[in-house]
Amino acid sequence: MASRGPAGSRVGNSRFAQFKLVLLGESAVGKSSIVLRFVKDQFDSYRESTIGAAFLTQTISLDDNTTVKFEIWDTAGQERYKSLAPMYYRNANCAVVVYDITQAVSTSGRLWELEELELTSHIQASLDKAKQWVKELQRQANENIIIALAGNKLDLVTEQPDKRAIQTADAEAYAREAGLLFFETSAKTAENVRELFTSIAKKLPLDQAGPRNPRSGGRGGVELRPDTPGTQAGGPCSC
Amino acid sequence: MTLHGENNAPKQSLHTNSSDSTATITQKGDTGGPHEAQEERPPLPPRPSLLGVGERPATPLSAAKRPALQSKPTTALSSVDIQTLSFPDGSRGTFSTPASRSVSEAGQRRPAGTSTPSSRKASNNGSEFDDSASLISYAPTLRANGDLASLLDEGLNAQSPAWKLLSSQADTVNPFEMIDYEDNALLNFDHEFDEIEGVDSKGGNEEEVLLQWKAKLKHYLILSSAGKPIYSRHGDQNLINGYIGIIQTIISFYQDVKDPLMGFTAGDTRFVVSIEGPLYFVAISRLGESDTQLRIQLEALYMQILSTLTLPTLTQLFTNRPNTDLRRPLEGTETLLSSLADTFTKGSASALLSALECLKVRKSQRHTINNTLLKAKTEKLLYGLIVAGGRLVSVIRPKRHSLHPSDLQLIFNMLFEAGSVKAGGGENWIPVCLPGFNNRGYLYMYVSFINAHDGGESSHERPPSTGGSREDEIAILLISADKESFYELKQMRDDVVTELQKNGSMDIIKAAVRQGRPSTTDIVPGTQLRHFLYKSRANVQFMMPSFSPHFSSLLARRR
Repeated sequence: MASRGPAGSRVGNSRFAQFKLVLLGESAVGKSSIVLRFVKDQFDSYRESTIGAAFLTQTISLDDNTTVKFEIWDTAGQERYKSLAPMYYRNANCAVVVYDITQAVSTSGRLWELEELELTSHIQASLDKAKQWVKELQRQANENIIIALAGNKLDLVTEQPDKRAIQTADAEAYAREAGLLFFETSAKTAENVRELFTSIAKKLPLDQAGPRNPRSGGRGGVELRPDTPGTQAGGPCSC
Repeated sequence: MTLHGENNAPKQSLHTNSSDSTATITQKGDTGGPHEAQEERPPLPPRPSLLGVGERPATPLSAAKRPALQSKPTTALSSVDIQTLSFPDGSRGTFSTPASRSVSEAGQRRPAGTSTPSSRKASNNGSEFDDSASLISYAPTLRANGDLASLLDEGLNAQSPAWKLLSSQADTVNPFEMIDYEDNALLNFDHEFDEIEGVDSKGGNEEEVLLQWKAKLKHYLILSSAGKPIYSRHGDQNLINGYIGIIQTIISFYQDVKDPLMGFTAGDTRFVVSIEGPLYFVAISRLGESDTQLRIQLEALYMQILSTLTLPTLTQLFTNRPNTDLRRPLEGTETLLSSLADTFTKGSASALLSALECLKVRKSQRHTINNTLLKAKTEKLLYGLIVAGGRLVSVIRPKRHSLHPSDLQLIFNMLFEAGSVKAGGGENWIPVCLPGFNNRGYLYMYVSFINAHDGGESSHERPPSTGGSREDEIAILLISADKESFYELKQMRDDVVTELQKNGSMDIIKAAVRQGRPSTTDIVPGTQLRHFLYKSRANVQFMMPSFSPHFSSLLARRR
């Protein structure tokens, strides 16, 4: 799997590594909101659904001399995009699988009441959907992929505890069993969002990105280029 | 309420040839069917903007003027009269005449020379006006005549206590009776895009919500032939389900007798039906649009659905299971449909003319931009576009493949009208079917936005989602048939941007975007002309001057 390793370089004492990250999960659980919070430190309550997928980058410093750059694929959660998912996770070093802690029942059809029997096969807790993604990732993706499970919309539960539909302990137990990182996050209040990405970064094989394969890494179909001005992402927007 | 309310409206303004039937239905094959009429109609009516010089001042028409206008269309269609139709709100027999229908027809049929020979002459300077285009742009200026006053009574903005007060008062005294028609329409139009609140759990506000729903001037409904709701612009399922059922019954009735229903009129409300395979599209308008216009709009909605699903998928879904619920496969695209619908309701020149608008830059400069794109072109690229401020700057395409305006309309709608792509930040990779190009498969579209107001290095970053309106976004779109080509196209984007910055084209584009459209006086110094539309049929392009300073409100633009 060396060919799937991250691109990285070491200049003097500082390390720089670049990783591909993919967000998966059912629609309307807050994938894009988590990314928007992480990349731009913004939140938009009335986000429209993602169409296709969005590609963003964000660089974080782990410590004084370690910098990690995430290339993030924020995918759309709708069923019809499912066939495209492999393209996004195929060479990913890490994945964040998101579910909605307030949704025991799928949010699909939230605009219209679900009344048809034919639809019941689609109804599932967003956590179940997340488990499916994890399974698929573990089967199909890069075998060293680091997967984090994120239960989003923590702010809703903090406000009204009775809105919680999925218990922390249940999800945590599942995450432990499947070997996943686990966080309950709120893109709205930013709670645990940065922590989520930081802990992923810490778990990534930074040393592989060191002098042993300076920027020779990822050639498994992904084109990883050294930082050009064109792809440089700014820090969180000050506005 | 809506329809009853008409009784308050000045009846004398309605047509003299009004029949006694409660509703009038036009069927396909009917002599005066909108389509046939459209094709045969030889004379060009005067264009609205030109009319504006003489007959039609830019200030709202006086109430006195209206009836005068309306008295002309005595050539209403020899439509088939159908007995009572039960209407959605359960009211029957309260409607008087096919007002809106004959208005639009009247607009189209009116002999060009009669009222404004001078403005007719003036229109020659626009040279090759497309027949239908100029007809279409004319029609909306003759707006609903019947019950604009009564529209006001309906507590459209039911949330506000002031409105509630007014509504209750309106039952006895109509405080707005004396107010000019156009002003009333304006008030309503401002609320046209307001969200309708959901029916609360107890159903306590049902009446109120229903009123809000009925107060909308325009509705779009999409349903399957099995009667499953697919999309409606206003109102949630609980609200529209009943109506969907009625509409499905009506449409299927005509389907069964192999005589498809094209449209019908109730009061001043025009219903237009369009059937595409297993899907029924219905437009309901009180804005006085012509059938042809509404049909074009419905077609665009259908294209949007195809662009999400592709035709084979759609067909397969319904072949396998005729009562498929299409809402699931289409999930997430409601906003696209709605923004498309709202574009039509607001009035979009590009939709009216089936043409596109280009950014005004010098030929040599455009040449440079084109070459930059061509030079950076990768093998996987199918189409490459630069779009600024919603207007096309440059496009490169393979030989023998042009880009269909309706496809561009879908893309522009997705990128500039619906917020999701723009708000996300970063770059996007979007599978999209362009039905005009090929309705059987997906293409993959790389989208990257550059903000026109940024300078230099930081121009790669998108503005915060709150800033940057449609007017100042520059987007680079690269379309490929290969779903794996994201990184290749991304590289190309970087090359193009670098090169555009190096040769100064980026600054030219930004300057052109900032400048906006020229005003009419820039084009023809000292002209009285307030606005015009010009379409070059050969290039499928149109141009129009800036709306300001004369047309600043939504409603004014619609005209």
